[in-house]
This record gives sequence, structure tokens and C-alpha cells, in this order.
Amino acid sequence: MPMPSTPALPQSPAVMRYSSPAITLHWLLALMIVGSFSLGVYMHELPFSPTRLKLYNWHKWAGVTILALSFVRLAWRISHRPPPDVATPAWQARLAHATHHLLYALFFIVPLVGWAYSSAAGFPIVWFGVLPLPDFVPVDKALAEALKPWHGWLAKAMALLVLLHVAGALKHQFIDRDGLIGRMRPARR
Amino acid sequence: MTHLPLNLPLTLLTTLAAAALAGPAAAQQVLPAQSEISFTSKQMGVPVEGRFKQWTAQITFDPKKPEAAKVGFTIQTGSASFGAAETDAEVPKAEWFNVARFPQASFASQSIKALGAGKFEVRGKLAIKGNSHDVVVPVTVTQAGAASTATGSFSIKRLDFKIGEGEWADTSMVANDVSVKFKLALSGMAPL
Repeated sequence: MPMPSTPALPQSPAVMRYSSPAITLHWLLALMIVGSFSLGVYMHELPFSPTRLKLYNWHKWAGVTILALSFVRLAWRISHRPPPDVATPAWQARLAHATHHLLYALFFIVPLVGWAYSSAAGFPIVWFGVLPLPDFVPVDKALAEALKPWHGWLAKAMALLVLLHVAGALKHQFIDRDGLIGRMRPARR
Repeated sequence: MTHLPLNLPLTLLTTLAAAALAGPAAAQQVLPAQSEISFTSKQMGVPVEGRFKQWTAQITFDPKKPEAAKVGFTIQTGSASFGAAETDAEVPKAEWFNVARFPQASFASQSIKALGAGKFEVRGKLAIKGNSHDVVVPVTVTQAGAASTATGSFSIKRLDFKIGEGEWADTSMVANDVSVKFKLALSGMAPL
């Protein structure tokens, strides 16, 4: 009796994958968030110039896009059960879940605070230079100055959580060797 | 709040001179606290409004005799403000208003036509940064008791006046069209 050349992997929880839309949204938003964060760190030191103006607008457009896609992602996450947890100490599972919850919260809070800051500073956002977005706070210089540092602090908090998230994934990959990363790996063609 | 530090002695002199020259059509007084000149430009589609904090107007206007009327403005270019220190620091630079060389912009009417119902068409020369161009300004005058209000807006091409030179001449960043809006509270105008 011939042996199968590639034996089927056991369907352990570790290899149950996230759904394709969840995987797509995860990586798309990962790229956009890392990109917008880097842009934000870079642009705010630039002198007044057309380049600075352009980068600020791109950052705002990206931020609003991240916010919009995060609504889609949250809706998908609520309506679709993710794969069950892999076997891991309880405190690590709790830490992983807390990190996910905080990240989700910041996916909304960071862009919203940035948007509010822009509105308060008197620069309404026109999405991709075409769609004027409403101001949900009044034009108010004092409010703008109060919001500005929070946008940066919260974004840095998100960056730390992303690092923790990546560290956790790498730990599963290289220390636990439990194949957890495969759950979120883009599908092979 | 916009405070217009009008030069009172000059205004008085202008008033007297205008009264002497124009005969029956007496000059009007601009009430600075209720008046403003603002402008809106679009930066990558985002409307950004600024205003001139210092300007003077010389207005001799009888609604019944618009052809004899004269309207003049002198605007301190260095008083342009967007309300943000960072942007305001750029305004006086050579690429923008070049305040050191061109501290004043001016408007002088050449002809005024009544269009009826308190509407007028003012044609004149607008000079900014050493460039002078003809503009047509629609003005609407409303009156309540002794107080008159003149409002209007018109559009100019900023590059006609070299406002925003060099890398800022790129109209995909800052649109060429700039909308200028004004509201003048006037006392001493004859009834419409």
C-alpha cells in the first residue's frame, strides 16, 4: 500500500487559520499603520514646505482610511469566530487577549484624536483631496493644542503594543514552535 | 475678534478731502469692529481661511449716484493671518507677500454700476506685490437705520500676483483660485 507523499497535517487548533478577509485586513492594516506611524514621526520635524503639506495630507488620508477599514475589520471580527487559542500558560493567553483588545481600541482612538486635532486646528480633512469630512469638534486653538500631544502619545502606545504583539508571535514561532503564525500567514498560491 | 487699527487722523483727512472734492457725496466711515476682509485658499482641497487685520478704506458712495462713487482700500500685507503662528511666520516671506518690499496692497475703483436691489458692480485695479490687475467685484448693500453693510466676494488667481513663488507656485498643492470675501459696516451712507 503506497504511503501518501505529503501526509495531511493533524487539524490541531494551531493550524486552524483565520478567514481570508481577516488575514487580508490584518496585513493591509499592519502595512498602513506602520507606514502612517513612520510618516507621522518623520513629517512633524520637517520645515514648512510643500513636501510637509503633502505628507501631512497623506498621513490624514491614510489615518481616515485606517479608521474606515478598522470598522470593517471589527464588524468581521465580531461576526466571525477566530481560531481557538493554542495551548499556552493562562497569563500569556490573558496578555495576548489584552493586547488585541487594546490594539483594536487604538485602531479607532488614534485616528479619531488625529482627526479631532486637525479639525480643532482649523484644517478640516478632505479625504484624498475630494471628500470633505465633517468636523466633530469646533475650531478651537486651545483644544487643538491639548489634543496634539495625545495623538502622538496614543500612537506610541500603539507602537509598543504592536512590538509586544510581534514579540508574542515570534515567541510562538521560534520558541514554542507551535505553528501559530501560520494561522495569519497569507495563503500560498 | 478682528480689530482694525484705523488711522483716525488720516481717515478724517480723507473724509474732509473727499467731502471737499466730491461735493454732496460725503465719505462713509468704516466701523472696524464689524468689518472684515478674509480670503480662502485651498491646500490639497482643504479650504484654509485667513484675514487681514490691518487695512483702511476710503469710501465715498451715494447709492443714488454710483457713477460718481469712489472706493479705495489700502491693506497692510504683513497683517495677513491664518490664526496659526507657524503659517503666519511664512506670510511676510519673499515667496508669499514679500512684506519687506511690498508692505501694502491696494484697490482703487474705476467704475461703479448699479444693478438694482442694492446690488452694485465695482470695477477697479487690485495691486498686490507690485502686480496690478483689473477685478470686478459684486457688492451687495443692505441698510438698517443709519447703518449700512456692504458685502461681497470675488475670486483672484494668486499667480497673477506672484503670491506663492518657487516651489509654492505648484497649484496642485495650493490652488490658484483664491476667494476674497469682505464685509464692511459703514455709517453715513445715503439711503438706497
